[in-house]
Amino acid sequence: MRALIVDDSRTMRRIVGKVVRENGFDTVLEAGNGQEALNHLRECRDAPFALALVDWNMPVMDGLSFVQAARAEGFSELPIIMITTEGSLEYVTRAMEAGANEYLMKPFTKESLHDKLVLLGFETTT
Amino acid sequence: MTPAGSENAFAYLRKLIYDNCAIVLEADKRYLLEARLTPMLTRERLTSFDELVARLHGSNAGPLRQRVLEAVTTHETSFFRDLHPFDLFRKTVVPRLLNERSGTKRINLWCGASSTGQEPYSIAFIIKECGLQLGGWTVDFTATDLSEEVLARARTGLFTQLEVNRGLPVPMLIKHFDKVGLEWQVKPDLRNMINFRKVNLMEAWPAMPEMDVVFMRNVLIYFDVATKKRIFDRLARIIRPGGYLFLGTVESTHSLTEQFQPIQVGKAICYQRIS
Repeated sequence: MRALIVDDSRTMRRIVGKVVRENGFDTVLEAGNGQEALNHLRECRDAPFALALVDWNMPVMDGLSFVQAARAEGFSELPIIMITTEGSLEYVTRAMEAGANEYLMKPFTKESLHDKLVLLGFETTT
Repeated sequence: MTPAGSENAFAYLRKLIYDNCAIVLEADKRYLLEARLTPMLTRERLTSFDELVARLHGSNAGPLRQRVLEAVTTHETSFFRDLHPFDLFRKTVVPRLLNERSGTKRINLWCGASSTGQEPYSIAFIIKECGLQLGGWTVDFTATDLSEEVLARARTGLFTQLEVNRGLPVPMLIKHFDKVGLEWQVKPDLRNMINFRKVNLMEAWPAMPEMDVVFMRNVLIYFDVATKKRIFDRLARIIRPGGYLFLGTVESTHSLTEQFQPIQVGKAICYQRIS
């Protein structure tokens, strides 16, 4: 199972990557912004990602624009979790309306990310 | 740093907890008592567990004893903990209830381990989303806990960001909560749906209507076999024939009662009171 982690912070990519590996994902690809992530999706149409975990605030293309672009390009089945410091009801609603499947507010615990994975149907061993 | 404590002090605390809550803590669970009680010792400016025990022996120790019991019995909780039992409730039990109770249009529900409210509110979200309160139906929903402190929190319906991150599907956050400062608050109609009250499962249970559904999850695990049997007997009396009982994932009725039969749907199990 392959996950795509999109965050401009290398530290955050490492933390999220560790948790998703613990939860049964064997391959993790990283992107530093939405545009890089979109390129990964296009390149991997034959072996699609099982999950994308996406920060909101990033240079070049932010997370919300990535979600909108991915859905517009036909990646409609890709489960997307927004992971962001944006914690207002307005932001949460905008992300879900754009097509995100779940939303996790930073700071988060690895248990809370595990919960989100379970909500999206990824049965894990934790 | 963990305060010091003699074996006698911990033996006293274990007995106090057993006598009042029937929670069995073996001698090797000392770390658990240390972890749960150290913050309280700091708050009370006590330097050792022996000092705590001495204070518990003193006059007017009732409130302190209650705080000790609450510190030990307050457990980790999250919204939709274990997820699957709630799916079973929504997809199997609620449709059955709508059929079985169509005559009275009344459903009585008890959540016996409210803690800070995540579990009863998870149930309330399902009840609301299934439209159970529409069309003239009445839902009598009681949520209880041993601890007044957690019940007071549960009544406010206020949860931190870290708490709403745990297990709550975001569409439900959007639908059922208001953002209040840095916290999230359950909307008033859902808060008003639940009657929160203190009940010690070891003591006499208050008068309650015959229940259609009881959630008694992740409580019995702490009790010894004799106490579990006693509680199952009482549950069998309070749940109507054909009514439903939800237990924690690692709990079961096996060899403890003959009065319930399991219903398994997918990965979830609940128990039905035998008619």
